[in-house]
Amino acid sequence: MAFFVARRLLYLVPVLIAVSLLTFLIASLLPGDLAYTILGDQATPENVAALRRDMGLDQPIWWRYLSWLGGVLQGDFGRSFRTGQTVLQAVAERLPVSIELMLLAQLGALAIGVPLAIICAARSGGPFDRFMTGTAFGMLSVPTFLSAILLIYFFAVELRWLPATGYVPFAEDPAGNLRFMVLPALTLALAEWPGIMRVLRSDMIATLQEDYIALAKAKGLKASRILFVHALKPSSLTLVTITGINIGRLIGGTVIVETIFALPGIGRLLIGAIYTRDLIILQGVVLLVGAGFVIVNFIVDLLYAVLDPRIRHGHA
Amino acid sequence: MATLELTIDEGVAAQPAKRGRRLGLLFWLAIGWMIFMFAVAILAPVLPLPSPTDMDMLERRAPFSMEHWLGTDGLGRDELSRLIHGARISLVVGLCAPIIGLTLGGALGMLAGYFRGRFESLVVGSMDVLLAFPPLILALAVTAFLGQSILNLTFILGVLGIPAFMRVARAATLTLARREFVIAAQALGATHARILLRELLPNVILPLFAFFLLAVAVTIVVEGALSFLGLGVPPPISSWGTMIGEGRESLDVAPRLAFLPAAAMFLTVLSFNLVGDTLRALTDPRQGAL
Repeated sequence: MAFFVARRLLYLVPVLIAVSLLTFLIASLLPGDLAYTILGDQATPENVAALRRDMGLDQPIWWRYLSWLGGVLQGDFGRSFRTGQTVLQAVAERLPVSIELMLLAQLGALAIGVPLAIICAARSGGPFDRFMTGTAFGMLSVPTFLSAILLIYFFAVELRWLPATGYVPFAEDPAGNLRFMVLPALTLALAEWPGIMRVLRSDMIATLQEDYIALAKAKGLKASRILFVHALKPSSLTLVTITGINIGRLIGGTVIVETIFALPGIGRLLIGAIYTRDLIILQGVVLLVGAGFVIVNFIVDLLYAVLDPRIRHGHA
Repeated sequence: MATLELTIDEGVAAQPAKRGRRLGLLFWLAIGWMIFMFAVAILAPVLPLPSPTDMDMLERRAPFSMEHWLGTDGLGRDELSRLIHGARISLVVGLCAPIIGLTLGGALGMLAGYFRGRFESLVVGSMDVLLAFPPLILALAVTAFLGQSILNLTFILGVLGIPAFMRVARAATLTLARREFVIAAQALGATHARILLRELLPNVILPLFAFFLLAVAVTIVVEGALSFLGLGVPPPISSWGTMIGEGRESLDVAPRLAFLPAAAMFLTVLSFNLVGDTLRALTDPRQGAL
């Protein structure tokens, strides 16, 4: 196991370096001069040149990359030239919102997807199974921003049960916080459950063909016990994989949902930075999200190896 | 989906001759909707439609009428005309971007799967870097720096599709390259170029095309999301995403302004998914149809 972790860690380093390089190149090579953006309309050639010197923009690009990376490694991601806040402060302020949203969404997706998958697998080919697999396939074609609008229309505009936008921190008002979180989390959950349900269903249909399930039935175990204990457990691996694969889409969805529901999370920070052309914040957030994404995938890989001994011994 | 999968599993593998009839009603409905959308999008300039940009401040959010079949939007623009002209944008970006992914990703994947070795590691490694970012974040960041235009948007979404096409092409090539007909061609002294183009390409193109249709669906959604956020196509142009974003402002008074483009987008995305998924199931090498 230690060997496996070491090997994966070794792979993590070049990927993270590549992520930082790509982020830097996107921000540096593409058109648009940071100095002009900061100075705006009042830019004169003299003060642009002065600012470029101050910010080191007149240095060669490899030097700028190394000095930027050096700063990043010491926790200095730069500072917004609009608000004066450092990237780390801005991210630390908003990260809890995004993480809460993603966790609630994932819980919601599991709460919808897992029971449906079990019921469908138990009666595969039946009318309910066919209806639900059809629904899941249809749901895969509903973009996040579309289901967000539908949910807002029904629950906020028509029924007036839930607020459409707004946020209070969980620490101040837990109940209010959850009220604001219901629709955003549900929106994301609606996009996530079809994937969970489809994969878990076909996995469980295969598991239910195994001999040990026949044995369990022959022993006269209750159907619910067979389904939930004997069949669901080996399929938990699949759920881990699915979560790993979906996390990229979940992050993208979070950006959209936070913008629609006006939640002060990372996605909102990113979109705001784009609107105001706050390039330092943008660069920092993209790097942190990219690195976070790589590390989450790394953890999913490890979790997978912990659950399945065949992988850590290289037989799979 | 379920019915489609079942017919393929039971019927098609055993009786390939019946394949045409077994595709199902939904498949043909999806094809019909796609043809309809393409037809109106291509014919938009010659159809007797009001201009999609002419504003009529006296007729804001007008209901359905003979003059405006689907009413007008918040600025008095004809909704039907905007929908059709929006389809042009969504479909152009939705088709052109995956074509970039298909050609570049497909070529890279075939070369990697055929030549293997160091070239393969290099291709797979560099694609892993591209995959290291959540796609939407990368698309947002690049558009922010490149500036909003249809060309930039298509280019970015196309590049983001390359890794996925590369994987599909490489996986198909890997299995095919070990098959008898390829070995036979090698034994006959065929050049690499000939084997790649004449022996492998005709077999790889089918799964690639099925995947292309799924990629179109994804691209339409991502383009819609970016335009919805106001970061996709630039302002005077409006795609379905832009229209949904605008309609969201008037959900309480005229929800149809959001729901009409939403329905058009949903049906189109669903059609591409349905047809792509059906074709993928038919061409999946694991089904062992050959």
